[in-house]
Amino acid sequence: MSATAVGLADERALRFYDSTVGKKAVMAISGIALFLFILAHLLGNLQFFEGREKMDAYGRFLRVEPALLWGARITLLIMVLLHIWSSIQLALRKTRARPEGYVKKKAITSTYASRTMYWSGPIIAVFVIYHLLDFTFGVVNPGFTEGAVYDNIVHGFQNPIVSAFYIFAMALLCMHLYHGAWSMFQTLGVGSPRYTPLLRRLAALLSIAIFVGFTSIPVAVLVGLRS
Amino acid sequence: MKLTLHIWRQKNPSAKGKMVRYPVNDISGEMSMLEVIDVLNEDLIGRGEEPVAFEHDCREGICGSCGFMINGVAHGPVPATTVCQLTMRHFKDGDNLYIEPWRAKAFPIIKDLVVDRRAFDRIIASGGYVGASTGSAPDGNAILIPKDVLDRAMDAAACIGCGACVAACPNASAALFTGAKIAHLGLLPQGQPERHSRAISMVNQGNSEGFGNCTNIGECEAVCPKEIRIEVIGRMNHDFIAASWKGRDRLSFSDLFARWGTGSRLKTDARVD
Amino acid sequence: MIQLDSRVPAGPIERLWDQAKFDMKLVNPANKRKHTILVVGSGLAGGSAAASLAELGYNVKCFCFQDSPRRAHSIAAQGGINAAKNYQNDGDSIYRLFYDTVKGGDFRSREANVYRLAQLSVNIIDQCVAQGVPFAREYGGTLSNRSFGGAQVSRTFYARGQTGQQLLLGAYQALERQVSSGRVTMYPRTEMLDLIVIDGKARGIVTRDLVTGKIESHLADAVALGTGGYGNVYYLSTNAKGSNCTASWRSYKKGAAFANPCFTQIHPTCIPVSGDYQSKLTLMSESLRNDGRIWVPAKAGDKRAPDAIPESERDYYLERKYPSFGNLVPRDVASRNAKAVCDEGRGVGESGLGVYLDFAASIERLGESVIRDRYGNLFEMYERITGEDPYKVPMRIYPAIHYAMGGLWVDYYLMSTIPGLFVIGEANFSDHGANRLGASALMQGLSDGYFVLPYTIGDYIANTKLDKVDGSHAEVRNAETEVDSLTKRLLSIKGKRTVDSFHRELGKLVWDHCGMSRNAAGLEHAIGKIRELREEYWRNLNVLGGDDELNQSLEKAGRVADFFELAELMCIDARQRNESCGGHFREEYQTPDGEARRNDDEYSYAAAWEYAGERRDPILHKEPLHFEYVHPSQRSYK
Ligand SMILES: Cc1cc2nc3c(=O)[nH]c(=O)nc-3n(C[C@H](O)[C@H](O)[C@H](O)COP(=O)(O)OP(=O)(O)OC[C@H]3O[C@@H](n4cnc5c(N)ncnc54)[C@H](O)[C@@H]3O)c2cc1C
Ligand code: HEM
Ligand code: HEM
Ligand code: SF4
Ligand code: F3S
Ligand code: FES
Repeated sequence: MSATAVGLADERALRFYDSTVGKKAVMAISGIALFLFILAHLLGNLQFFEGREKMDAYGRFLRVEPALLWGARITLLIMVLLHIWSSIQLALRKTRARPEGYVKKKAITSTYASRTMYWSGPIIAVFVIYHLLDFTFGVVNPGFTEGAVYDNIVHGFQNPIVSAFYIFAMALLCMHLYHGAWSMFQTLGVGSPRYTPLLRRLAALLSIAIFVGFTSIPVAVLVGLRS
Repeated sequence: MKLTLHIWRQKNPSAKGKMVRYPVNDISGEMSMLEVIDVLNEDLIGRGEEPVAFEHDCREGICGSCGFMINGVAHGPVPATTVCQLTMRHFKDGDNLYIEPWRAKAFPIIKDLVVDRRAFDRIIASGGYVGASTGSAPDGNAILIPKDVLDRAMDAAACIGCGACVAACPNASAALFTGAKIAHLGLLPQGQPERHSRAISMVNQGNSEGFGNCTNIGECEAVCPKEIRIEVIGRMNHDFIAASWKGRDRLSFSDLFARWGTGSRLKTDARVD
Repeated sequence: MIQLDSRVPAGPIERLWDQAKFDMKLVNPANKRKHTILVVGSGLAGGSAAASLAELGYNVKCFCFQDSPRRAHSIAAQGGINAAKNYQNDGDSIYRLFYDTVKGGDFRSREANVYRLAQLSVNIIDQCVAQGVPFAREYGGTLSNRSFGGAQVSRTFYARGQTGQQLLLGAYQALERQVSSGRVTMYPRTEMLDLIVIDGKARGIVTRDLVTGKIESHLADAVALGTGGYGNVYYLSTNAKGSNCTASWRSYKKGAAFANPCFTQIHPTCIPVSGDYQSKLTLMSESLRNDGRIWVPAKAGDKRAPDAIPESERDYYLERKYPSFGNLVPRDVASRNAKAVCDEGRGVGESGLGVYLDFAASIERLGESVIRDRYGNLFEMYERITGEDPYKVPMRIYPAIHYAMGGLWVDYYLMSTIPGLFVIGEANFSDHGANRLGASALMQGLSDGYFVLPYTIGDYIANTKLDKVDGSHAEVRNAETEVDSLTKRLLSIKGKRTVDSFHRELGKLVWDHCGMSRNAAGLEHAIGKIRELREEYWRNLNVLGGDDELNQSLEKAGRVADFFELAELMCIDARQRNESCGGHFREEYQTPDGEARRNDDEYSYAAAWEYAGERRDPILHKEPLHFEYVHPSQRSYK
């Protein structure tokens, strides 16, 4: 049991992304971007309840400025890739950090959501891919017609299995954000201890609101409000 | 009172360990958890069996030597209480207690419940101090510190370095321990000159020791015998990001993406045993 | 034969330390890194010394038996640390701290050392504040003080109830800073088992790696011991379980005189023993005595619940016997009286070994919130251990062994009778005489480590011809083989009894006969019994496991072997000191109303014992103590 001398590597070049805190900060920033997109997307999609014209107009509105659309798509893509890439590296690190698990382990105060980020994330990724094929490329949506956003949604959700999958994915997104929407502040070291309980309640409310908001659409279709 | 202890026995770092069942009886409510194992050990020696190796010293919850999992909870069921302070009143007759060492790559097991926690010393060595050599101090009252700032610093400084936070964390992260020292010194005026270099070197050292990353789960705060809050982790992240931003001119862009490794290249010859 | 020379310079006491510093020879800064110094111990004394010496440029090796230097027993100190800062403007000064410490020590310490301690106390606080030690502050941002242990002025600095922890973390962080600079090599989980003396000078130590069992010797130009106190000779004490006397004892057997071994201090407010499985006693801070009233039932054998005993049948014995000081009498007086009432059968609790410390009156007078603000964490700790709520039921307390004033003899330069072997902190004997004042041990450890040793060890190295030595030297090989054979012998006995059973029995013997009150017959009886038990130890000890692995029983076996020999020397020392002073109370020498009666004419000396070989009586050397500045007076707390 001998010397424990430790020294700093000579060159002080900053390896921000190389460290856990740096990687987490990248996840938080990309998480915020995705979060904003989710909010915007939710507000956009809720126009579904204002009928076909409004919804299709919304679809066209998105495409009125192709540069803007593609700009948004590319940044979103980068954000998602950064988010996923970082989470894979962190997932590798955390499994290596405890090679031999406990015979018995009990969680005391942590939320289920916070312990399952590494499951909810990837499933959301699968959902997004399916969702793009469903509503943007229409490959998996029977009777998909470009531009008829309203009808595509209705056709898509009439199939109960698709709706169920969407609702399930929304539940996971809700859990993901139940923890994530608060945890990103802590990761960026923003805010002071006094605000933590407030932030946690806010994140919880928001994630539930997002869940209710998004699932109202497939539910509405299933219940037949919109024939 | 009768209890059945299931204790992890492991002869040495490379041996394969396993749980061994030890029924113990006439346990009084006044006895501490460690005293129960003391009595068991005296009994084992009497029967020619090797006693259970476990760390302890002060037995009053301040030195941080002791610590193991009881039924999957670090330091046992009572909050803000180390295993040496945990009395048997909290259990009832016939209970089963599963006793395991801290499990983390950065805390290799030495024997039975004894683990090697020198990684914590190396994190402190990398920057967890104020560089004030003996003799160069101004008068004590020359540095005025507001009472509330001092109290927050004292809350963080109360860490006893037991490692329960790492053991309880699903990611085996040392964020609470590292954050506590960064917050303690980062709150005080004496800690300001090295505040940024401290955050960077301590976080990087934690990474190279093989601890996991912190995803703000909060189990560490729940088991910490000194009830240190996860706000210290927020402070650590803040200081680290601020320091990185301040030192961005030294950031070599190629470095940023060149290496996809998950640890920094800190020179640690600590593994020399 | 040992010649005691305290090497105290001549001249007025205020100038001594400055004069000494000026007269010392300095080591050229460039040469410092050529010299290696071994510091055994990482407590307040060892940790601060290792850090300061490394900062000066020396090459330092630091050893501790715990798994990390941060866990040394100094971590457990609660009350606070004294310093003559006079921030509270209540008349404190270096001279008053010096005066109080010599008087508190019952005139058995060396004035020159105590004055220097008071002088350096001011620098300690500044150094610790600079390190980031979070001492309590007033709202205005200045350092706050409290009075402690019956002092007339409030000179104690504190960090809640964890002062020791925060001071040690300060030293530990300075030490780790030097470890990362490469100037200190830290050896945790490594126990020193022997001192290597070459040409009459201390040149190294033999250590055992507690994980691999490897026995190794380390050679150097000088050795410093900061290995703490020997309170665990009593088995039950407030000391951490690992605290032991092995480093000091093995050095004693190599020629370092051991001074005043029988001067041990009892702390009056500890949580009583609750069963024979009890492994350790827990200290409750002495500040509790400021607001608690101590009492026992007036009649013996009155086992009623405390609230069932009316005021008229309660005996507030300290207030009765000492009207002026009442419950705030010094530690030894409070402890002795508690033992006296228990011996009369008026003790409380099932074991009958306890007295009540009752806060009902002050809760009524000040209100529970004030009491909670002052003692919240202490009450909470008490409830956690005993399950009783001190706000409702009076606390039960009983005295327990706490601090060892005795230790290896050192001169003014903190060097023992072996040149090159320095002793600092609780391990040396120098500053507290027969009774340590509250909150002054932390002061002594840090002053030795930060501000005295770095000068005096440099002076020794600069003045001494130290020729090269290496592992092939005969003394080194002998020491290693001795250590190895002792370890193997302990394992080979294969008797019936465990180490703890012997240790418990030895502790009880020393507690009964060389504890709170002592008498000639009891001491002689104890000496005989200890020798008998020691014979049985070497015949009937049972230690399992091997010596090439982590073996905690083997560690304990080696330490208890030394405690046996120390216990014998303590009783011999107590038997030969026919007087009462401070912690050493001989029943035959007390004033009519039960006060310690000193015999300054014949016993105003430090008893330094020289080892004379296995089973041979040790030789007594006397260092006469002169009191030019603080004239001996009879203590009275009426
Ligand atoms: C419960 C309690 C409360 C106290 N409260 C106060 C207080 O309020 N104020 C006050 O002034 N004092 C107080 N004291 C006394 C004070 O804490 C100690 O006297 C002081 O801390 C001793 O410090 P030290 O550095 O000399 O030794 P320690 O801190 O005991 O350190 C001993 C070091 O030596 C090492 N060591 C020992 N033997 C060996 C060996 N053979 N080989 C290798 N390493 C070895 C140990 O690993 C350890 O690192 C208290 C003591 C106790 C027990
Ligand atoms: C039930 C809930 C949802 C509905 C009804 C819905 C509906 C739609 C529709 C109709 C489109 C096509 C818009 C267009 O291109 O004209 C679309 C695109 C998209 N949706 Fe959703 N969506 C839902 C949930 C989500 C969620 C939870 C996410 C993210 C995780 C998401 C991510 C996307 C993305 C990335 C696009 C591509 C945007 C683009 O064309 O650039 N959607 N969604
Ligand atoms: C599209 C919607 C998504 C949003 C709005 C989102 C948002 C967030 C946020 C805000 C966080 C918290 C970051 C932090 O704690 O600092 C987070 C964490 C995480 N995300 Fe996502 N995310 C999304 C998709 C994904 C995807 C597709 C993955 C795929 C793997 C993923 C994996 C993770 C993981 C593993 C974490 C936890 C890691 C950590 O906290 O350190 N997320 N996410
Ligand atoms: S933060 Fe708490 S749990 Fe972690 S080492 Fe410190 S005291 Fe132990
Ligand atoms: S439990 Fe682990 S994930 Fe972070 S908040 Fe605590 S270190
Ligand atoms: S033994 Fe010191 S904290 Fe438990």
